[in-house]
Amino acid sequence: MKNRTGEPIIRVTNLAKSFGDNEVLSDINGEIYRGEVVCVIGPSGSGKSTLLRCINMLETPTSGTIVVDGHEMTDPDVDIDAARTRIGMVFQSFNLFSHLSVRENLTVAQRHVLRRSKAEANRVAEHTLERVGLSEKIDAAPSSLSGGQQQRVAIARALSMNPDVMLFDEPTSALDPELVGDVLKVMRSLADEGMTMVVVTHEMAFARDVADRVLFMADGVVVEEGPAAEVIGDPEQARTREFLHRVLNPTG
Amino acid sequence: MSKRKRSQISRWIQYAILIVVAAFVVIQADWATLAETFLNLEVAAGMFPEVITVALKNTILFTLLGFALGLVLAIVLALMRLSSVGPYRWLAIIYIEFFRGLPALVVFLVMGFGLPVAFPGLGLNKLVVIMVALGLVASAYMAETIRAGIQAVPQGQVEAARSLGMSSSRAMVTVVLPQAFRIILPPLTNELILLTKDSSLAYILGSSVAGRELAALARAEIVNTASLTPFIVIALCYLAITIPLSYLSRLLEKKFGSVGRPA
Repeated sequence: MKNRTGEPIIRVTNLAKSFGDNEVLSDINGEIYRGEVVCVIGPSGSGKSTLLRCINMLETPTSGTIVVDGHEMTDPDVDIDAARTRIGMVFQSFNLFSHLSVRENLTVAQRHVLRRSKAEANRVAEHTLERVGLSEKIDAAPSSLSGGQQQRVAIARALSMNPDVMLFDEPTSALDPELVGDVLKVMRSLADEGMTMVVVTHEMAFARDVADRVLFMADGVVVEEGPAAEVIGDPEQARTREFLHRVLNPTG
Repeated sequence: MSKRKRSQISRWIQYAILIVVAAFVVIQADWATLAETFLNLEVAAGMFPEVITVALKNTILFTLLGFALGLVLAIVLALMRLSSVGPYRWLAIIYIEFFRGLPALVVFLVMGFGLPVAFPGLGLNKLVVIMVALGLVASAYMAETIRAGIQAVPQGQVEAARSLGMSSSRAMVTVVLPQAFRIILPPLTNELILLTKDSSLAYILGSSVAGRELAALARAEIVNTASLTPFIVIALCYLAITIPLSYLSRLLEKKFGSVGRPA
């Protein structure tokens, strides 16, 4: 585990979220420190994606506070657009801008949001695309790429904004099995470079090998958290054991 | 009898009926009088070059001005219709229901005689009045088309844009509208073709010789020549506008074909 010094980059306090009468998250508390890789695991419907989406306010929490990098995201008067530029997000369904080329996908927010010059935006785009191993696809249309390539472009798009933290929302769940490895490899190299990452995932091997810390969520609460080796290798809670047993032995 | 045989026989019966009907029409029609009334080449020749240089030009001009105004109004209306602000939504709904429910003829009459009375100080010329009337007629329909297009853009596209720090209006302009317009290109072309034909209503506002569009010219020529040939000439002119438009739309649709699908 990385040493946790200084202010956490993400601090979640008493977070709750309901959709109508359905309480998806209840009283979540926690911190994430600079350079940490935290994987969030748990059964579907446990609220892990909602938690991730609350961090950059794609979902508005019902109550509680979220502070990212000193900015209180839940303050109604916060400049949410400026705050979001520091938080990269990767979606399950990639969400590349389908009417733009790969290059434009990587430069459009740099130009319009960060006001970078065309030359600088291009330079950053080329660099980040190289990091995900897709330099030769810079002028391709997203629809011409495989799912794994699209997801790596989506990672590059988020990196182009030079975020302080990256959120991954089940980044490999929509991929064919043989394409999962390429995306995980890119994520692992990001982790090795010291990027702060929060990853909602079903890839237990990735969580075990790469995560500094694992949160197990069920029914809108964090049931168990700790070093990956403990939560995945030797869970304390019955619910965690049951979940892992089902995930690791799907046939029985 | 096999199913295939039966459908073959039914096909032959359909052909036979068509041929009988066509033959009846051809035999019964008074071709000589028809030709004299509708295909008087002398009358047709007399309409040139004005039918092109004045009337066709004006039809295109009115249509484009009306379409441009209509498109701008329609985008604003569609955004109001989808707004989270209640009064904007209601205003847009009232406007759309009102102008969509009125015959274009009524809009033309009310605007044509109402606008100059309402704003005497502006010295509105006929072109502006026509543009406003056509724009109002077109905007109500196009607003609903554009709204449908905006709603057809996957929510994930907006979320990706917002997560990169784009404001909601920036995301709308940079991500949503360009994709929406690619999706609604075919129905939008349809609106343009409908508007081309609606521009013929400009004749009820009366016009100078130089301000005549196709329909107005045809009516004037019919009075002058006592022949219905001008109708055939302008019909061909309308087709000369609308058929290339359809073709262009199909071409663009093919070009943007990959966009409507999720990447």
